Amino acid sequence: MNFFSMLMRLDRRWVYLLLVIVCLTAYYSDFTVPTIVEDETKAIYDFIEALEPGEIIFVAVDYDPSSQAELHPMTYALVEHAFRKDLKVIFTALSQNGPGMVDQAIRDLTDSLKLPKTYNGIFYEGKDIVNGIDYTFLGYKPYYAIVITAMGQDYRILFPSDYYGTPLDSIPMMRRVHNYDDIAIVVDISSGSITDAWISYGQGKFDFPLALGLTGVMTAQYYPFLQSKQVMGLMGGLLGAAQYEQLADNPGLAKDGMRVQLPAHLLIILFILIGNVGYLATRYKERKV
Amino acid sequence: MKRQLPLILVFVFGTLMVIQYFVPHENSEIVKGFLLDWIVIIGIFALALGLWSLVQVSVAKINSRKENWEYPLVTLISLTVMIFFGFTSHAENASWWGYFLAITVFLVALWMFLQGFMGQAANRNMKLLGGLGLLIVFSLLAIFDNSWEFKFYTAEGLTNQMFVHFFDYIMIPLQATMFALLAFFITSASYRAFRARNLLATLLLISALIVMLRFTPGPWGEYLAKTSAWVMNVPNLAAQRAIVIGIGLGIVATALKVILGIERGYMGKG
Repeated sequence: MNFFSMLMRLDRRWVYLLLVIVCLTAYYSDFTVPTIVEDETKAIYDFIEALEPGEIIFVAVDYDPSSQAELHPMTYALVEHAFRKDLKVIFTALSQNGPGMVDQAIRDLTDSLKLPKTYNGIFYEGKDIVNGIDYTFLGYKPYYAIVITAMGQDYRILFPSDYYGTPLDSIPMMRRVHNYDDIAIVVDISSGSITDAWISYGQGKFDFPLALGLTGVMTAQYYPFLQSKQVMGLMGGLLGAAQYEQLADNPGLAKDGMRVQLPAHLLIILFILIGNVGYLATRYKERKV
Repeated sequence: MKRQLPLILVFVFGTLMVIQYFVPHENSEIVKGFLLDWIVIIGIFALALGLWSLVQVSVAKINSRKENWEYPLVTLISLTVMIFFGFTSHAENASWWGYFLAITVFLVALWMFLQGFMGQAANRNMKLLGGLGLLIVFSLLAIFDNSWEFKFYTAEGLTNQMFVHFFDYIMIPLQATMFALLAFFITSASYRAFRARNLLATLLLISALIVMLRFTPGPWGEYLAKTSAWVMNVPNLAAQRAIVIGIGLGIVATALKVILGIERGYMGKG
């Protein structure tokens, strides 16, 4: 067996082992990956940055723990940015395990926001984030297309009370908030087809600014909506989250993750190239024979 | 009539909802609100039906000791435990022993009831009686143990420490691990299958490499980012738009077929 045939028949366990070694080495190394910010991510950051204190943004956390590595950093970066700017946030979770993700994000962000920090040269005091004043979590309801449509009429149709059982009318920040007309933007952070419903049944019908945070593999599908202006901004995968963290000057989970993702991707590319060299060399040899 | 009634209902409500979508009148919104309530109610019934189906299938597998019968057992225990913690709250600084004893008694009682209803014919009555006895013990624990209580009408169970811990430290790591395994399969699959076999495959390979390399630091980084943006915004966009329009037309055609009763797959027969 020559070298190229050996390359073609490499046992997959060697591939797995190398990937583990690369990921672990990168995880325990201390370096940062410089991030080039794309326009679609910057559009979301600029929109949030331009909002006045007290304005409300709507964050739909439509993913399960399986996608948390890519999407949780987006939620953290975006919501922390919003809270630091004194914006108010309405959360929903239209995937079954989404409520747990929102609950976890709120708990972590509440702790993080207690600390004073400086972002992009501006000093922000530590603050307490209070349920009902700074944020409202509406919770989960089945049939996301229906929920999205109903919220265009009034949040109270399907969410008469929030996730914790408090009636919406007795929540201070929700008293004058009824539907999408009362919020500045909807940001859907999603790992599935719920995004399509937000575009078709939400933005298409009620014409609110819609931004998306998606897993890496989904990103390519949504570029047509970006060009048609149905979607005003898009964060794609861990890279999109890292770009947002870079813009917000708040390196966190995504920047950490990029340290592992970059070498892992380079290894995959190396494997693809080696596989192709082996393939082309073998084909050339066969033709020669 | 058994087949005609569902067809009539689908036609009437399908047509109504299509018209309603384009009529922004107050009455139209009232009709929509009314129908949305119905959907939620039907959804909850479907959830109950799904739960019962899961219990039936799991118990049958466990009783027949089919291959991997242990997994349905874990499913049933997890389901019961999460429901129990979701509907109860634990008093601060109180002992946990009563709480854990109660969930154990509840699990055994439930299992005996399920065996009594769905298990082998022998000793059915004994199992039902045993289940009933344990349920009485559980009720007494619920009444006299002040360390925990039921919260059926409020959402306090959702902030129950056990409920949150089970989600944070079992559910999240399990799902994240399953998804993380994909990285290994993708690496192995791309090594074996991502070949420049012909012109189209070569184009796909080059595009993929450019998009994957777009965040690489170094002098090539910015150039690759710009090329990647072009790949995403021009060829990818054109192809995706064609797919989106195709899917949209397909959805309209399928919806019309369902509303007009041509497509009847939802009734269990084609």
